[in-house]
Amino acid sequence: MSMIGLAADSAVLIAERRHNKLGRSVYSGRSRVALERNIMAFRSSNWIIVLSGFVEPIFYLLAFGFGIGKLIGGVTDGDGNPVSYAAFIAPALLATSAMNGAIYDSTWNVFFKMHFAKLYETMLATSLGPLDVAIGEIGWALLRGFVYALGFMAVMAPLGLIPSWWALLAIPGAVLIAFGFASFGMAITSYLKTFHQMNWINFFMLPMFLFSGTFYPLDIYPGWIQALIQAMPLWHAIELERAFMLGNLSWGLLGHVIYFLVMIVAGLFFTTRRLTALFMK
Amino acid sequence: MIIARGLTKTYGEFTAVDGIDFEVRKGEAFGLLGPNGAGKSTTMKMIASVSKRTGGELTILGLDPNKRGPEIRAHLGVVPQQDNLDRELKVHENLYVYGRFFGLGRKFLKAKVEELLEFAQLTEKRNAKAEELSGGMKRRLTIARGLVNEPEILMLDEPTTGLDPQARHILWDRLFRLKEQGVTLVITTHYMDEAEQLCDRLIVMDKGKIMAEGSPADLIKRYASKEVLEVRFGSSKNVEIAEQISHLGERLEVLPDRILVYSENGEADLQEILKLGLEPVTSLVRRSSLEDVFLRLTGRTLVE
Amino acid sequence: MSSATPIEKSVHASEWQGSLKIVDVARARNLAWLHVAEARIRNMLKWWTSIAAFSLGNPVLYLFSVGIGIGALVDANGGSTQLGGVNYLTFLAPALLASAAIQSFQEEMSFPIMEGFEWDKSFFAMNSTPINGRDIVNGLVASSFFKTAITVGIYEAVLLGFGAIDLNVALPMFLSALFAGVAFGSVMMAVTSYIKNDDGFFAIIGRFVIAPMIMFSGTYYPLESMPFYLQWVGWISPLWHGTDLGRVISYGSPQQGWIVISHWIYLATWLVVGLTLAYRQVSKRLAA
Ligand SMILES: Nc1ncnc2c1ncn2[C@@H]1O[C@H](COP(=O)(O)OP(=O)(O)O)[C@@H](O)[C@H]1O
Ligand SMILES: [Mg+2]
Repeated sequence: MSMIGLAADSAVLIAERRHNKLGRSVYSGRSRVALERNIMAFRSSNWIIVLSGFVEPIFYLLAFGFGIGKLIGGVTDGDGNPVSYAAFIAPALLATSAMNGAIYDSTWNVFFKMHFAKLYETMLATSLGPLDVAIGEIGWALLRGFVYALGFMAVMAPLGLIPSWWALLAIPGAVLIAFGFASFGMAITSYLKTFHQMNWINFFMLPMFLFSGTFYPLDIYPGWIQALIQAMPLWHAIELERAFMLGNLSWGLLGHVIYFLVMIVAGLFFTTRRLTALFMK
Repeated sequence: MIIARGLTKTYGEFTAVDGIDFEVRKGEAFGLLGPNGAGKSTTMKMIASVSKRTGGELTILGLDPNKRGPEIRAHLGVVPQQDNLDRELKVHENLYVYGRFFGLGRKFLKAKVEELLEFAQLTEKRNAKAEELSGGMKRRLTIARGLVNEPEILMLDEPTTGLDPQARHILWDRLFRLKEQGVTLVITTHYMDEAEQLCDRLIVMDKGKIMAEGSPADLIKRYASKEVLEVRFGSSKNVEIAEQISHLGERLEVLPDRILVYSENGEADLQEILKLGLEPVTSLVRRSSLEDVFLRLTGRTLVE
Repeated sequence: MSSATPIEKSVHASEWQGSLKIVDVARARNLAWLHVAEARIRNMLKWWTSIAAFSLGNPVLYLFSVGIGIGALVDANGGSTQLGGVNYLTFLAPALLASAAIQSFQEEMSFPIMEGFEWDKSFFAMNSTPINGRDIVNGLVASSFFKTAITVGIYEAVLLGFGAIDLNVALPMFLSALFAGVAFGSVMMAVTSYIKNDDGFFAIIGRFVIAPMIMFSGTYYPLESMPFYLQWVGWISPLWHGTDLGRVISYGSPQQGWIVISHWIYLATWLVVGLTLAYRQVSKRLAA
């Protein structure tokens, strides 16, 4: 049994290979192994629960889109075209699915791993860096958001809620949205210390879900409330997905994309910074 | 392997490690002995390059942890004070994933995991979830995990605290094997018997400072007598009686529950006490230990 | 090294008089459920800020977004003909009240029971005093009732503020919502008391039982507007019975007398069955 006597591909060689590269103290180029860990944990977890996370928006779609939809008839979308009420809220619920999937993992699960499982402490005691951990975890959360969005779309199709090929753009759209929420969610979570504070995330998510133009156009609100809502990420997500799904493409959509790109970068930056401060001080 | 000069760590106003000097040589088992709060874990974390020192010098394998953290960590195996196994993963997955964190290849790890499972006597438990293991098994798994990158230095923070005697002995046996194979061990403990069993050399720490340094036998020779007589008279009488027998031995320590008489011949001193007409509730003559060294240095016991 | 001192022990033994003097067993037995409830309420008080914030925040959010926002669309499109002539907000209010009561009970009857049996084992600690399983069930129902009453009370105050209900029906609506809550809660308690480890059980319940119950019990639209083959969801759901009762009370929603009576009977059945099963299982599990 060879306990010492270094193997050819030893950890040391791997670490040294990077030692002149930029950012080597925060990044070792191995975020995929953090992802690998999550896949392993997922395999032996109760995965039905993880996968079924997208049913809630589906219930909303059925109850609100078809139930309340019967009371309403149709509405007009952002471009002034008439659409059925179900077709109006479906893209919003798609965006919400992507958000939910990303947020479940990047908030509660991250909080648990950080404070109870001490997972990040363990990971950072190896030659992994905080940016590896951040990307790995956010990547996993993003994957979940993506899967939820796909699941939701699979339900929309037979209900006749996918009117054109443009709707396919909603899939990369969902990835962007999930990435943004995962990144931002993990950054926020990394700064929170108690379960109590974590509850406030829900407290923020519910109104965002209810008011971001999800169920009716924003114009029933006074100007200042509209402005407030338009500052929220979910509003941008919904606008983007609604435009894709209903085929209302325009350059203005780039604004929403940029909003999410900023969210992603800021989230990664603050997560890395916070992990460094917490576990490598 | 490790050189510390004036190593200091402060948390705000509070100084957890207060300018300590020590050296760890290749292949030895080096101990940090001290009570809770002495600064042992803090020192370990600085060596493990996850906690930045606030003062002094520290080099590990000739590298500065502030600049070369990832490389140093690649050389180390870390067993933290609290097991932080991945509760969501199975036993063998814990080893595998940890190896992946170092960037080790899948093929290499497959063989390595089997080897480590055997070493930790956990082959039969390979498919159990980590949270289902007993305390001793968890500890062995954490140690095995620390070996996955074939480290040159294995850092163990209180490896046997909270384990039953049998589990401790199994663990000591495993650590001996590692030492025989040439792995450098750095061990913290507040058990003197553990320090005596495992360490070639140790430093005694208290309140962030080093109180003494040397081999266990060396320290006992320097700071304690050959034998110790322990007598109990009941908690209310100890102090009073201590004055009557203060002429005995080389030195006397009065603890809340007992009196310790340090001497060359404990049995003879006990006879003296009986001759004075005093009747201890219990009495015991034993060889002196690191506990006595610590008591001598600080006036306090290690485990309170 | 820690040789015991027999002398000291015997001193204690001679002083030991037993607890018979300070514990009045009969009294402890009679009020046992109250002590359980008190312990639980003390625990809740630690979180009173978030309980208050959620109790107030939820109705405000739903009333603004669904009641007023979606309500505006419904009312503008002549939906009220399908709602028996009332506006959407009035139609919605009794449903929101009943679902608030049910959700409050659901919360209290899930994790706190797991905690008592598995996590901090406080039920076993209680059971080692004169308190028995029945007392624990009664105490938890009482404390949940207390919390739900506050939540529902706040909810009603908000509904009054929005003009969604009339003051003169506030008390009967309060009682019918609480009744639906406690009926559901006692069954939920019985179910939880069988659960050995969480393992996502509550996530599943929340996702596949509670959420569809709220969505498809005639909460947001009349049950009759669902396809007939799906209406059974409402018939078995305590929420629908509570909601329909609330609508009759609130704005005199036309309903046949026997249906109104059957609402009460149905909910009472849930209550009795739930409590009976809970008494049995909780006592059994404590003794195991
Ligand atoms: N992150 C921290 N922030 C503030 N104080 C700390 C921190 N970590 C340790 N300490 C303090 O430093 C002292 C030494 O702690 P530690 O190194 O854990 O001692 P030991 O391992 O010897 O028991 C203790 O008084 C502890 O409270
Ligand atoms: Mg320590």
